[in-house]
Amino acid sequence: MKAGPSRTNRPDNTAFTQQRLPAWQPILSAGIVIPGFTLIGLAFIGVGVALFVTSQKITDLEIDYTGVAATSPCFKCTSFAAENCMCQMEFTLTTLFEGPVFFYYGLTSYYQNFRTYGVSKDGYQLSGDTYYFNNPQDSCAPYQYDSNNNPIVPCGSIANSMFSDTFQLYQVVNGMKKQVPLDGKGIAWWTDYNIKYSNPALVNGSFANAFSGTVKPVNWSKPVYELDPTDQANNGFLNQNFLVWMRQAALPKFQKLYGRIAEGDYAQGLPAGNYTLLINYSYPVISFGGTKKVVLSNVSWMGGKNQFLGIAYLVIGSLCIVMAMVMLIIYAKYKFTDDDEDM
Amino acid sequence: RKAHDPSTGLCGSERVYSSGVGRTVVSNLPYEDQRPRNQPNRRYAGNAVKTNKYTLWSFLPINLCEQFRRLANIYFVGIAALNFIPEVNAFQPQVALIPICVILTLTAIKDAWEDFRRYQSDRELNGTPCLVYSRSQHGFVERRWKDIQVGDFVQVLANDIIPADILLLHASDPNGVCHMETANLDGETNLKQRRVVSSFCAVKSPFDPLSFNATVICEKPNNNLNHFKGFLEKDQIKIGFGIESLLLRGCTVRNTAAASGIVVYAGHDTKSMLNNNRPRYKRSRVESKMNKEVLCCVFLLFCMCLIGAVGHVIWLKTFSSVPIYFIPDSDGNETPSVVAGVYRFLTMIILLQVIIPISLYLSIELVKMGQVFFITQDIDLYDKEKDMRMQCRALNITEDLGQIQYVFSDKTGTLTENKMVFRRCTIMGTEYPHTENGESGKWVGQLWSHQDTTVGRDNILPCLPLRCGMHITVYHEREVIPDQNLLWSVKEVERRGVAGHWGLQGATHLEFFLALAISDLTSTVMGGVMLPLRGGGAMSWQSTLYDIPTSSSSVVSEDEVQGTPCKGHTRRRQTWTASSLAGPKEVHYEAQSPDEAALVHAAKAYGFTLLERTPSHVSVRLPSGTTLTYEVLDVLTFDSVRSRMSIIVRHPHTKEIILYTKGADSGIMERLQNSFEDRSQMKSESRVIANKTQKHLDMYANDGLRTLCFTRKVVSEKNYYDWLVLRQGAMAAIDRKDELVRKTAADMETNLTLLGATGIEDRLQENVPETIQALREAGIQVCVLTGDKLETAVNIAYSCKLLDQQDLVFTFNTENTVKLVGKPVCKPVCVSQEVCKNMLSGTLAQLPLYDTQEAKVSVGLVIDGRTLGLLLDSDLQEGFVQLCTHCRAILCCRTTPLQKSRVVTLLRSKLGVMTLAIGDGANDVNMIQAADVGVGISGQEGMQAVMASDFAISRFKHLKKLLLVHGHWCYNRLANMIIYFFYKNAYVNLLFWYQFFCGFSGTAMIDYWFMIFFNLFFTSAPPIMFGIMDREVSAAVLLQLPELYRRGQHEGGYRRSTFWIAIADAFYQSLVCFFVPYWTYKGSDIDIFTLGTPMNTASLFTIIFHLAIEIKSWVSIYFVVTLAFCAMCVSCNPPSDPYWTMQEQMSDPMFYLVCILTTVVALLPRYTLHALRGTLVPSDHLRARQIDNMPPHHRDLWLQEWKKLKDLCASYPSLSSSTAQRYSTAQSPSLTLVQDPSPALAQSPSLTPVQDPSPSLVQSLNPKLAPNQGLNSAAL
Repeated sequence: MKAGPSRTNRPDNTAFTQQRLPAWQPILSAGIVIPGFTLIGLAFIGVGVALFVTSQKITDLEIDYTGVAATSPCFKCTSFAAENCMCQMEFTLTTLFEGPVFFYYGLTSYYQNFRTYGVSKDGYQLSGDTYYFNNPQDSCAPYQYDSNNNPIVPCGSIANSMFSDTFQLYQVVNGMKKQVPLDGKGIAWWTDYNIKYSNPALVNGSFANAFSGTVKPVNWSKPVYELDPTDQANNGFLNQNFLVWMRQAALPKFQKLYGRIAEGDYAQGLPAGNYTLLINYSYPVISFGGTKKVVLSNVSWMGGKNQFLGIAYLVIGSLCIVMAMVMLIIYAKYKFTDDDEDM
Repeated sequence: RKAHDPSTGLCGSERVYSSGVGRTVVSNLPYEDQRPRNQPNRRYAGNAVKTNKYTLWSFLPINLCEQFRRLANIYFVGIAALNFIPEVNAFQPQVALIPICVILTLTAIKDAWEDFRRYQSDRELNGTPCLVYSRSQHGFVERRWKDIQVGDFVQVLANDIIPADILLLHASDPNGVCHMETANLDGETNLKQRRVVSSFCAVKSPFDPLSFNATVICEKPNNNLNHFKGFLEKDQIKIGFGIESLLLRGCTVRNTAAASGIVVYAGHDTKSMLNNNRPRYKRSRVESKMNKEVLCCVFLLFCMCLIGAVGHVIWLKTFSSVPIYFIPDSDGNETPSVVAGVYRFLTMIILLQVIIPISLYLSIELVKMGQVFFITQDIDLYDKEKDMRMQCRALNITEDLGQIQYVFSDKTGTLTENKMVFRRCTIMGTEYPHTENGESGKWVGQLWSHQDTTVGRDNILPCLPLRCGMHITVYHEREVIPDQNLLWSVKEVERRGVAGHWGLQGATHLEFFLALAISDLTSTVMGGVMLPLRGGGAMSWQSTLYDIPTSSSSVVSEDEVQGTPCKGHTRRRQTWTASSLAGPKEVHYEAQSPDEAALVHAAKAYGFTLLERTPSHVSVRLPSGTTLTYEVLDVLTFDSVRSRMSIIVRHPHTKEIILYTKGADSGIMERLQNSFEDRSQMKSESRVIANKTQKHLDMYANDGLRTLCFTRKVVSEKNYYDWLVLRQGAMAAIDRKDELVRKTAADMETNLTLLGATGIEDRLQENVPETIQALREAGIQVCVLTGDKLETAVNIAYSCKLLDQQDLVFTFNTENTVKLVGKPVCKPVCVSQEVCKNMLSGTLAQLPLYDTQEAKVSVGLVIDGRTLGLLLDSDLQEGFVQLCTHCRAILCCRTTPLQKSRVVTLLRSKLGVMTLAIGDGANDVNMIQAADVGVGISGQEGMQAVMASDFAISRFKHLKKLLLVHGHWCYNRLANMIIYFFYKNAYVNLLFWYQFFCGFSGTAMIDYWFMIFFNLFFTSAPPIMFGIMDREVSAAVLLQLPELYRRGQHEGGYRRSTFWIAIADAFYQSLVCFFVPYWTYKGSDIDIFTLGTPMNTASLFTIIFHLAIEIKSWVSIYFVVTLAFCAMCVSCNPPSDPYWTMQEQMSDPMFYLVCILTTVVALLPRYTLHALRGTLVPSDHLRARQIDNMPPHHRDLWLQEWKKLKDLCASYPSLSSSTAQRYSTAQSPSLTLVQDPSPALAQSPSLTPVQDPSPSLVQSLNPKLAPNQGLNSAAL
């Protein structure tokens, strides 16, 4: 007799249907784990050393100018009466502060990540859509319209609370103040500047006319179209400081880029010497217990100064090595007893 | 479904007859032209069926309603709705609807597709053509099924499917018989005989529906396929009919050219539709446990939200004045801090809702679908002979198969083949051992493949030369090899007398075989008429006789009779050659039970060949060649209460009315009591014969044979006709019909003369001992619950290794069965209960003694049905359950179906164990339904067990792979998947940690779209694949090492602790995933979503490496999707605006460093733990995996070593590890506690009520004496 015709009901005898597909199943036993841990450990220690060394090379300088202490030069500006208050902070560099030097301002206890604060903006308005100039979205409330029911541009709490202090840095050379140029261009994300945000088209050749019928945010001293009258490319919504501010900080202690020192005499960095920081102090932080500071820092491939990552890599790497050794000892002991059992 | 109450459909005077409980049907023909409202049967359901739940319009609302019955769905919709309240929303409201919409849509698509398939099949069915009588056209015209109304006359041609339930009024067969195949209904492919309603039998001419003027009165529609009753009322004469006259919808007419009748039930009222239940919904244990874990998650969520709310209030209080970044409400006022806290609580719920896994339920459904697919695909569970796959009828309890602790098994047909072979017989007190029979035919398993040569089945099996030889042996075994002594004496007797006029002494031998041939309901189907059966459906009992080359169905010509001489061996050889060469016409015997077929074949072996059976007569050819055609006067069908059946025939020559009765000894012996009263000299002799026969019966039972007694009785004409009146009255009754019929039958079956008894063997199925052994090694307790008598059951239990010779066996038997010789001693039930109690407490007191011994004694328990009944009483239950826990094997005999289910229910509820019941017959249905998992064996006894079951297999041995491999896999897969789901959803803790740095304001640093992708796609699909495909240990190793199954029984894969460990791990990992990036970027100028990106990425890596299977593709998809999304969406999703964040991050080397570090730190503890555990204390599963990874020859070596080690552990319990056996293979003293050692004389396949209990307590402690020997010695 021969094999009959194929039956309809018979399941296919394939590796798939019979669940015989080959599978790779790592078994976490000492044999695999010890070399694995050793490799990971060595690699991590290597990376850790690199990170640590790099981080050590980075220098940074923090200058707190909140003015809480009465001795602080900025103390005078903390009272409510003070308007257009200017204060000066002095500092001295003993060695060359290698460039390019980044100039940050920093805030603490400032919850830019507060949820209702974070949603309080109008993306369409900021992308230059003039319809939303007159009709800001509800998300901006209560900074949507002013008391006279005029629409606010840019609306919302984030724009309204924009950091308003300005800085000038001078090197004191032979008793003379020599201004250190702070390049405020190119500090925002490229995509923010070129894609996400855009200014409205000029109306009758005038940029200001494009904003007619709107009012400036309550806390602002000047309307958005006058943020940088000197440079139209840095004006309006495309003002780089504005863009930087609009990108919400992730944590309540943060710093934001204010400018870079990479021009002229300071392209190589800040030479040793005395410096004066002139601050136009207007942003109130003491009411909620915050502080303000200025940070000067140079950056490497790994960004700003950060000891943590290098140390963490070193610790974890060493831990892996230790673990591998412990496993080796255990494995050796276990192997003996195992052999005894198997006898 | 249409609600339909037929009782309202009665009209006018007919109500009187039906008295409101039945259904009245009259012919529709007189009303054919009238309006619908004048139709008499208008209120009965039409024949159109509609099984789809939805229509195009109602789909959405109804489906949504059904989906919202799930609490989880309501919860998630509630959360999504909450998001629309501006004060509390956490995300863009519209976006928050996406997950729940996806879930609802997927479920709806699944439902819609299923429903559409139902709709299509309905439409096809409703449109099937059929023949309906039309008055205007004076003939049957073609209509569609849906047009049929109750009261129509329908004609069904051969091989057509019956469109409705039709009362058979005419058949083309001259005897008024119609055959019907019910395979569509219950899967049985044997033909069922249907008879024309008695008064219409005479109508030979073409059926004329116009002349039908009777009223049909029958019961209301019900789902009982085997029961139907009613009567025809015509001119004040009532003619009763039953199920034997009803053609059932969905069945196929066979062997009958045409059958006509009146429709009594149509559409949804038909028995097949009423039987058409949806798959049962059982909640699996893992799932109900999972629901508790979901509640734990709710609790966690609540805690986290509370922390968030309180934290927010405290945080608000730290500010003395309003910071610049606070947003006043529209009125310019600040929200009071407590109100803000409440708002934040709600926000946090929305934010952290993911911790309750939304897609878990859907994923589980998908995973189970996949698992079921793979189980049904298993080729090892495929039965070649029946061409049947394993069937999963319940789709959602696959993982319960991996946790079974108790298996309750039926015996007949489950452990045994239920393929009966005639073994021995006793006639008039003389035993004929048929020794030759016992030697041949060890290969009964091959029988089936070779049988129906007409179907061409033998071509299918690949036939090795060796096997071919066996086939012949096997084939011949079906035809009994006659005992030489008996054959000689039969011939001797026959030579002495003319047919039908034998001497008194020898007559019994002949009468015995006549009784064998006549007194059953085997129907014969002659060669020419037999229609081809479907190749696949050999589930019925069919056998073929090759030796009758008849050309027509009823006429047996003289020379053909001569061609079959009754010479035993010679004849057989001849017939074999004939059949294989010429392929002559055959007679198929269509027996209702395998026993009957065996008997008919046995009679044939001695030359008493059943030639034809019709409702009116039976033809038997005698060894001499003479054909006797008996007229059948009545058949008293079998019922389990009487445990016997009878046939009343008129002898063709003597015209005597003879009653042949056969049945269990319990049902027969008591009916002999007063026989021979007129011939006192015979009395003692008959006693002797009865006693001898009884002794032989006991011997048969001890050999594991099934016994039947045969009796004969001559009835006088007067007695018969007196009785007939009563009988007819009983048949026409509607109320209490069964009872009346039973009573009249019992009236007739008295004063019987014993002819003899038969012993029929029912062999064990292949691999039953191995399967039971393996199940036991897997820690499963096996209980056998059978209707057979105690000795038969014990014998089978030993041969299938349920009991071991070294076992200590307690036998509980209070049944006094010595009815024949013993004086009936009536003791009240309470006494036996008392005894029972004593026995129980005595046994329980003994047990600890054995438990403390160094080598443990395994204990077996044997209980008879009566004792079981007492033990199941409420006050003895506790002790019984306690006893059961100590026993390795439990064997219950003579149990009723109800008792079977009560045992299952009791152990299940009291011990809280997972139970599985397996059986093949209608008597197992209760048990199958009572157990957590019901397994049906599609055996010889029809499909009722399969219909009630959750899983259907074809052989008992398949249970091994089903449980040990598929159960194990399914359980582990599902358990791991669920744990993993809880784990991966806890990643949302990232958001929770962030709340500590954003004033608990509910900010998410991960864009919501990413969270949706993350949850629904990136991390859901891998575990689903994992849940379907994962294979921890290979099937081969699982089968070799059944003890690996034990983990599932103790819920090793899915404990509460596993859940909490997973959650704790998730917390730890989320902490790492949050704080490593946090410390890295702390104080820098990083913005919210740039911080979120590395966190999200690191979590994804962590979660996926945690799963540690090859799903690299999913990782790449994550990057592709994220990058694409970041590039597309310029400002599509305020406030997050994730535009270009990913790109920005990926250009920064720090991003990679952070992700790598985070992933490693997050996974380090888990991997270390696993590695340590794998090295120091490897679990059985891990070692099995190691074995699995070895090359084959090493593997075998290791497996052997493993087993040796286990045995070693087992013999020294003190050394036993987690896998030590609870039983021992070492020598142990065997003790027997026998209660009432006198062997039970009564035996029947079903339970017999016992009238005279006389329990006594005998304890015999016989060391080294096997209990069956003990029973024997006590009996002698």
